[in-house]
Amino acid sequence: MSDWPRVQLHVVTGKGGTGKSTVAAALALALAGSGRSVLLCEVEGRQGIARMFDVDPLPYAERRLARGLPDAGGRAGQVHALHIDPESALLEYLAMYYKLGRAGKALDRFGVIDFATTIAPGVRDVLLTGKVFEAAQRNARNKDANTYDAIVLDAPPTGRIAQFLGVNSELAGLARVGPIKAQADKVMALLRSPRTAVHLVTVLEEMPVQETADGIAELRAAGLPVGGVVVNLVRPRDLGPGALEEVRTGDVDRTAIAEELTRATAGVTRELVDSLVAEARDHAVRRALEDAQHAVVAGLGVPTYDLPRLAGGIDRGALLELAAIMREQGLA
Amino acid sequence: MRAPRLDVDALLDDPTTGIIVCCGSGGVGKTTTSAALALRAAERGRKVVVLTIDPARRLAQSMGIERLDNTPRPVSGVQGPGSLDAMMLDMKRTFDEVVESQASPEKAKQILENPFYIALSSSFAGTQEYMAMEKLGQVHRQARAEGTHDLIVVDTPPSRSALDFLDAPERLSSFLDGRFIRLLLAPARGPARLMTAGLSVVTGALTKVLGAQVLRDMQTFVAAFDTLFGGFRQRADTTFALLQADGTAFLVVAAPEPDALREADYFVDRLTDDGMPLAGLVVNRATPKPFADLSAEEAIAVADRLRERDPASLTAGMLRLHADRVRMVEREARLRERFAVAHPRVPTAVVPAMATDVHDLTGLREIGRLLAADLVDP
Ligand SMILES: Nc1ncnc2c1ncn2[C@@H]1O[C@H](COP(=O)(O)OP(=O)(O)OP(=O)(O)O)[C@@H](O)[C@H]1O
Ligand SMILES: Nc1ncnc2c1ncn2[C@@H]1O[C@H](COP(=O)(O)OP(=O)(O)OP(=O)(O)O)[C@@H](O)[C@H]1O
Ligand SMILES: [Mg+2]
Ligand SMILES: [Mg+2]
Repeated sequence: MSDWPRVQLHVVTGKGGTGKSTVAAALALALAGSGRSVLLCEVEGRQGIARMFDVDPLPYAERRLARGLPDAGGRAGQVHALHIDPESALLEYLAMYYKLGRAGKALDRFGVIDFATTIAPGVRDVLLTGKVFEAAQRNARNKDANTYDAIVLDAPPTGRIAQFLGVNSELAGLARVGPIKAQADKVMALLRSPRTAVHLVTVLEEMPVQETADGIAELRAAGLPVGGVVVNLVRPRDLGPGALEEVRTGDVDRTAIAEELTRATAGVTRELVDSLVAEARDHAVRRALEDAQHAVVAGLGVPTYDLPRLAGGIDRGALLELAAIMREQGLA
Repeated sequence: MRAPRLDVDALLDDPTTGIIVCCGSGGVGKTTTSAALALRAAERGRKVVVLTIDPARRLAQSMGIERLDNTPRPVSGVQGPGSLDAMMLDMKRTFDEVVESQASPEKAKQILENPFYIALSSSFAGTQEYMAMEKLGQVHRQARAEGTHDLIVVDTPPSRSALDFLDAPERLSSFLDGRFIRLLLAPARGPARLMTAGLSVVTGALTKVLGAQVLRDMQTFVAAFDTLFGGFRQRADTTFALLQADGTAFLVVAAPEPDALREADYFVDRLTDDGMPLAGLVVNRATPKPFADLSAEEAIAVADRLRERDPASLTAGMLRLHADRVRMVEREARLRERFAVAHPRVPTAVVPAMATDVHDLTGLREIGRLLAADLVDP
């Protein structure tokens, strides 16, 4: 059972490189069970989705991407993907709301689109979130457009997330009254509602965890709904607390280990035992740091989900594996 | 295919090496590598200054640079004949200082208060990179003039792509003299006939979308900034030339991950195209290779056998950890090999992941040692 049954828009943020794109993609697969339809959106112009799923670069159009993770009865849903770039979003916006066919083109020719989407702060962001909003607002009356049970947004990193989503306060300084402001307000209403959850991805290191704590505080201050913390790249848990302590303090019985090994395999050397103990010790030292950071994460007062670091890296199969773990833990 | 070894000490000891720039995608260890190289160079006798960008708090504290004051400060605890100064870049302040140095006081004030300037100087994609270069230019001029330093080590901002660092000045200056900005200036500069039909369509549309106030703010900003454009472009060009000069060495830092190595790959190509001096690749946080030669499959098989007898077996846990590590090592070796095939001549240093974080001089010294050690195949 999902911890987030009312959430329609899942925003995934986190420090750079902690696994936002991976988590967003796996979450989309996890949500797309039992015939449910999910849209996975990317806004940073990096074509990360295409790379993860090994398909051609995505256009500014919704494309079928993959079958979701099947439910217990074997029924899956469908994940669509959309790559949102601000230029296309602005042109579409102008065409849709202002019927600016010719003028829209002229704007482009005069470099205005470039200008507006690079500098006018918030304009770029409201265009990106505006497109997500548009997809979220669709209903059965939009006959020729897809409708989605859930949308997952692979969002900018924690450092920029409140600004990115808090579009209207940013805009206030510039577009105090303009129509873009009205659009921003509508988007904001969705973002601040219980239909949205902002999940933060972290790894168990000091800086990312600190950034997560700061991010949560900032999101709350902006009135944005904080979802869960996804702890990614968790090292294997093959040693229990007692064993870790033993290994860390160097208090292991090498003879016993050698004997145990000899019972199960041939050719056990002193070197093998030493190597295993040394490796386990490195691991135990790292785990101690991880556990300390995990305690900090647990103290943040939001639900947390743990995803293992998969030694083989990330491919389609790995994403499904992570999706299954998410479903088990209740993120999806 | 094995990459040639990067001889870090030769690079640091070479008196003609004047600037080392550490580039790479986000989170790979640029700041750590810059600080470690700077410390090692200082302890080997050079007069070093390191420009860091957003170092982790504890690292900044241990280097005495937790204050963002944009001025290099001596780092204490350096062992050896050289010296090390460090600073943390304050992007906004650097930008403000450029404006102040280029404009009259009233004009500077007008610019600094304009909402578009505030937006540009704090959130324009590329501003941080541009300012890092600007600061590098300043520190370099000062080092030349006063003989304060003979080596500058530069960290780069946590951008998603290493290329951003090279592209930023061009992005900013082409933005600043972009078509639209010139258009906004046209009415102020010339006769009304320049107000073409096209422009009125544009301003009409913009007013509709953004509102008239925004357009007025934009126009004020652009008019005030106009006289500075030339200066900005010129400064960017000078620094860019500095990066292409012989005394500069680029180090590309990457994690042994497909994304980071792909970025490194683009970056190396780009440096070559731009005639920028590439010193080598640093593969940071590599999984250390176990010294026992037991395959992952075998380790798992033995672990399974042990667990059948004793589900809580410590030895089985250790074997499983070993298997995990072997798999990581093998995967990373494949990724590095792929890079080496594409760039067979790029010298490489491999720095293993340490069990703990790097947040003091002792940690930096250890990273420096590992950088200089021959660990291409750790
Ligand atoms: N659970 C995992 N197990 C193994 N590898 C992972 C895992 N999660 C992420 N990775 C790998 O870590 C790297 C970074 O992940 P990802 O690209 O998802 O991060 P990101 O936060 O989106 O990065 P960016 O800030 O650059 O957008 C990728 O190479 C990815 O394959
Ligand atoms: N070889 C290493 N072994 C262990 N930890 C390391 C190593 N190199 C870096 N780290 C740790 O990794 C983290 C990230 O490193 P660092 O801040 O240098 O990366 P960066 O590339 O500057 O990141 P950003 O792009 O965010 O600026 C730090 O906590 C640092 O202590
Ligand atoms: Mg990403
Ligand atoms: Mg850094």
